[in-house]
Amino acid sequence: MTSLNHHFASPARHAAHPALLSLTHPNKSMFERQRALLHKAVPAGFPSPADDYVERRLSLDEHLIQHKESTFFMRVAGHSMRELGIFDGDLLVVDRSVPASHGCVVVAVVDGEFTVKQLLYTPRGKVLRAAHPDYPEVTIKPEQDFSIWGVVQWNVHKV
Amino acid sequence: MQRAIALVDCNNFYVSCERVFQPKLEGKPVVVLSNNDGCVVSRSQEVKDLGLKMAVPWYQMKDLAKRHGIIAFSSNYSLYADLSNRVMSLLAQFSPNQEVYSIDESFLDLTGIPADHTQYAQQIRETIRRCVGIPVCVGIAPSKTLAKLANHVAKKNARFGSACDFNALNETELNDLLATIAVGEVWGVGRRSVGKLNEMGIQSVLDLKRFSAKRLREKFSVVFERIVAELNGVACLELDDVVSDKQQIICSRSFGALTSLLPDLEQAVIAYASRAAEKLRQQHSLASGIQVYIRTNPHKERAPQYRQAILMPLPEPTDDTRLLCHAALHGLRQIFRAGFAYQKAGVMLTEIIPRSARPRTLFDDVLAQQKSHALMQTLDRINRSMGSGTLKLLGEGTDKTWAMRRENMSKRYTTEWDELMVCPAR
Repeated sequence: MTSLNHHFASPARHAAHPALLSLTHPNKSMFERQRALLHKAVPAGFPSPADDYVERRLSLDEHLIQHKESTFFMRVAGHSMRELGIFDGDLLVVDRSVPASHGCVVVAVVDGEFTVKQLLYTPRGKVLRAAHPDYPEVTIKPEQDFSIWGVVQWNVHKV
Repeated sequence: MQRAIALVDCNNFYVSCERVFQPKLEGKPVVVLSNNDGCVVSRSQEVKDLGLKMAVPWYQMKDLAKRHGIIAFSSNYSLYADLSNRVMSLLAQFSPNQEVYSIDESFLDLTGIPADHTQYAQQIRETIRRCVGIPVCVGIAPSKTLAKLANHVAKKNARFGSACDFNALNETELNDLLATIAVGEVWGVGRRSVGKLNEMGIQSVLDLKRFSAKRLREKFSVVFERIVAELNGVACLELDDVVSDKQQIICSRSFGALTSLLPDLEQAVIAYASRAAEKLRQQHSLASGIQVYIRTNPHKERAPQYRQAILMPLPEPTDDTRLLCHAALHGLRQIFRAGFAYQKAGVMLTEIIPRSARPRTLFDDVLAQQKSHALMQTLDRINRSMGSGTLKLLGEGTDKTWAMRRENMSKRYTTEWDELMVCPAR
């Protein structure tokens, strides 16, 4: 394809993207480097006795996601849920379909803003509780714009 | 048994998608713009109430937008497609027979479902709202054409609470309703037919329903006879549960910035041809021709105008990205003229046949075909597992200066790890 030649005329541009593979003008050095690997003999001996037992490997999606249509991921920003093991930068698995019961951790929307808190039903009304001594409880006033966006099912924390 | 076909339609779908992740937009005037931030393609109710029409070029209404504080988003198709898939998959649980009609509409066959259908519709609405956060309207009727109208009524007529079952109304009630709807709202009645119908004294849907099907067939076509039957509650259209393969595959887009350079057009054409080839392979088909076209901006009346298209036949039907790009580039070079500011390019694959129906000839290079097939499968597999565009022709370029303009695009919250929704813990 001579048409593509002008793109190769500029080596600087080509060099800037070594990861990019061309189908029409393969980068020869790349294949040469891997030739040793490609040319290794492939063993073709007895079939593995375990072949009949091959099963699908475990998937974390299956474990963490109960309802795939209503499950969303969110990133935590802040420290107010520290004592419940939810840290800054953690990944929340949030399900919108499950009912928010007393004591569960929810993603709530208060006056149009997202927040992650523990939800309590009290005689005073709904309360959002943080898990950090510096953050006070918030009682939702009836005139406030409040909704539960979803219920936090799992927190994925990088060790 | 009484047929009951439901049409579920998402309200202001693109705007609703944006609101799921930005709840503070609730109650505010919001629009979503088409590719290149060109026209309004979705409006919130607040914007509709301001009298702003669909498909208006955005630059013409920037003043109005400022005055009313209208918030505009570039289209975020990754987000809309993901939320649409969630909605459709939930809807599938409500009926054994579903036809996904568009990104935001789906037919469901409720015939024989032993429940009060109005309540069932409310249950559907509640489920979609709770699980995905999208508001929907439901229309139920004995035919698809009537279901569309029932949906229209559910949307416009507050007393139905966003779900309207024509089967639950008696004849008089239904006719009274149909008398209030303009004939142009009927599915399949085009803008040109409306004029002719009006001349014949047909103004409302009820007028059309009562008109002689025979006379309509003489004036228009058999399509109108079918429409009238459907309006009278006779289902002529079944739910298409199988998506038929496309006979043409088009990939075209306007550029973010005008260009007069052949290399820019070449990059764009290779990108579009590659994408079209990928779609072709997804439906296990081959194409025998590829059309390329380019044009300047027709709205810039004073600038020199040029538009041209060329159909390049292929020596044999193929789905090979390399061969399709090769032909497209040849075509492009034949129609390209220097000295014009180009705004848009596109490719279209034609004469599409199923791969299984490939004609055999004496001169087929079967080995080359097998190699090509294996290479394309590998290409698709890598792009599927490692993200689209991981492996591509270098001719597509790496610095898409011609790429789309999307100034106010929201995050791709559900499809990109580094664009996840951030939830404050404060």
